[in-house]
Amino acid sequence: MSGGAKLHVRVAEVVPVNDLIKRFRFVTRDGSPMPAFSGGSHTVVEMDDHGTRRLNPYSLMSDPEDTSGYEISVRRDEAGRGGSLFMHTHVQPGMEMVLSHPLNLFQLDGRSRKHLMIAGGIGITPFLAQIKQLTHFGGRFELHYAARNRELGAYTADLKSAHGDRVHLYFDEEGQVIDLKSLLNRQPIGTHLYVCGPKGMLNWVRSTAQAQGWPEASVHFEEFLAPGTGTVFQAQLATSGKTVTVGTHQSLLEAIEAAGVDAPYLCRGGACGQCETNILHCDGTILHRDHWLTPEDQAAGTKIMPCVSRFEGKTLILER
Amino acid sequence: MALDIKPGAFADFFKDETFRDDFTFKNSPAAIRRFPFPFDRDDYMYSVNMEPHTPGKPGSVFENTFDVDEHYVAEMIDRAKVLAEDPLRCQSLPHMTLAGWDLLELIMESNARDYPQWFSLSKSGNQWHWINRPLGIDHRFTFLDESTLPYGPMEYISRQMQGDFSLQDEREGSLWMDAGMVTTQADWSLDFDVGMNFMEWHAPVPLAHEKHVFDRALKFLLKLQHGSPVRRFNWTMTVNPLLDTSPENYPKWGPTKTSLTQENLGHKQHLRVELQALFRLPRSNAIAFSIRAYLGKFEELVTVPKWGRRLHRVVRDIHPDIAAYKGFLRNRHMMVEWLAQHDDGAPTTPGFWPDL
Repeated sequence: MSGGAKLHVRVAEVVPVNDLIKRFRFVTRDGSPMPAFSGGSHTVVEMDDHGTRRLNPYSLMSDPEDTSGYEISVRRDEAGRGGSLFMHTHVQPGMEMVLSHPLNLFQLDGRSRKHLMIAGGIGITPFLAQIKQLTHFGGRFELHYAARNRELGAYTADLKSAHGDRVHLYFDEEGQVIDLKSLLNRQPIGTHLYVCGPKGMLNWVRSTAQAQGWPEASVHFEEFLAPGTGTVFQAQLATSGKTVTVGTHQSLLEAIEAAGVDAPYLCRGGACGQCETNILHCDGTILHRDHWLTPEDQAAGTKIMPCVSRFEGKTLILER
Repeated sequence: MALDIKPGAFADFFKDETFRDDFTFKNSPAAIRRFPFPFDRDDYMYSVNMEPHTPGKPGSVFENTFDVDEHYVAEMIDRAKVLAEDPLRCQSLPHMTLAGWDLLELIMESNARDYPQWFSLSKSGNQWHWINRPLGIDHRFTFLDESTLPYGPMEYISRQMQGDFSLQDEREGSLWMDAGMVTTQADWSLDFDVGMNFMEWHAPVPLAHEKHVFDRALKFLLKLQHGSPVRRFNWTMTVNPLLDTSPENYPKWGPTKTSLTQENLGHKQHLRVELQALFRLPRSNAIAFSIRAYLGKFEELVTVPKWGRRLHRVVRDIHPDIAAYKGFLRNRHMMVEWLAQHDDGAPTTPGFWPDL
């Protein structure tokens, strides 16, 4: 079965955090403990949205040592494909849902002398779990967290009261900006840098670090890509002998699954590489949107990540 | 504070035997029948050969997450002797302590569940009570607090488990062997490999790199998910039932390869099979690799006619580079000569299970 082992859970709590964000707490249906996890992990939440199967990754934000339940925070995305809207509108306490076991593509480097964390908006969630893990097992950290305004800065009060001057807050609407160059400049040797937030922030932090000579292996980032929308296209599946039509709001992976083909996946956000699929024939353009394939691989046009990438053109034949 | 082993319980099952000096190790008839014979066909070439590590046939070595068999107590006594002579067989780099706790939890929970007659674990929050009856251990400690154990968590639990363990940290798109307990190894050294990455520690293996076996294996392992462990086999040949065939001790065991004769070969020559399992660990996101060695004397294995025929054909036809890497090229002709008397040329059935 693709996607690995599953956790059968019940929604225990749905808490509005602010106008855009709700927090969900999941517990096991049979009362058994959940596995502990590592800070930075995400879980893939399976949703049955009135007949449409949606599987979205969300970072776990609860204490990794709290095996009584997992918590995620979901930001409502009006323009998205519907996963966050489903979570906001339809998920109620008592509902039964299925989660993947935690998967970590954004783990702390245990050798770091110091963890420097930069969060933007809802990108705060993996850091919440990492900070709790560091609180248990030791490790020096410093968090720089930017949000649009005080109201939308989720969990700022908790972070401030628990960690004081290790937490630095910035609010866009008050004109506050991270002084990144000087921040990166004054870090001790052995510091690892972690960034999670919108694409613009990721690019800014990564390119600034690179320009300052930070080793690539000391800079960690996580961005889940929503599959995005696009024009309708068809793909032929050579192994299973099927042809699928991918709708505007559907991903290629979802279309393959809807056709009854068990395709491999883990993160469903273009990051883990599990769903990599060989292209046997392509008459058209692959719209690569993943973080997994190298630029050379993407240019070669022989592989596609069907969880986020799309196609425009005449014929696409996949080895699946 | 040390780990005092006080064996004696269940002496009707756990054997009093040695893996050194007088080498009294042998397999009972039941242990021969459940031996993990690694060849599912009459020839052999490297492959990644991974499969899900899910519970297998009752009575087989796959029945439980970790196999505990009749050699358990004797193997733990042998491990303690190896460690007393060379403490560097167990090492854990400073950032691997959390992975050690993950391993301790995995083993204690698995064994208490799978062998309630031998092991028990009770918890009250992080106050844990561990009982290991075959080794006479009854210990209360605080989970995640190293000061409450006589050793680091990985060393503590792996002194109570058959098989070697290594713990791999994941970073920079590779796995790094940053901790391990290695005393029953087929001629490799933790002290040499510790701190290496996946490609570095596999560098000496012949032929496999050309076939990109390790590129594929690494890609597969990096996606290993918690809750979905996998396993594979490996094998080699060992003269005498010596668990500790380490490079450090090569002067002690290397020369025994010259001691084989047609008369003693069936008793002295062992097929050494490793059942290897890989687990993603929850708190550390590290990967635990368990390498459990099983020794089978040639004279024991040929009591299963299918295995006698197949072992003869595999040894006879194997690529010489592989025979050299596994360290039996010089004795291959003698092994083939001895095994030939147990191969009547009859066809063998697919798969590695013995015929009824």
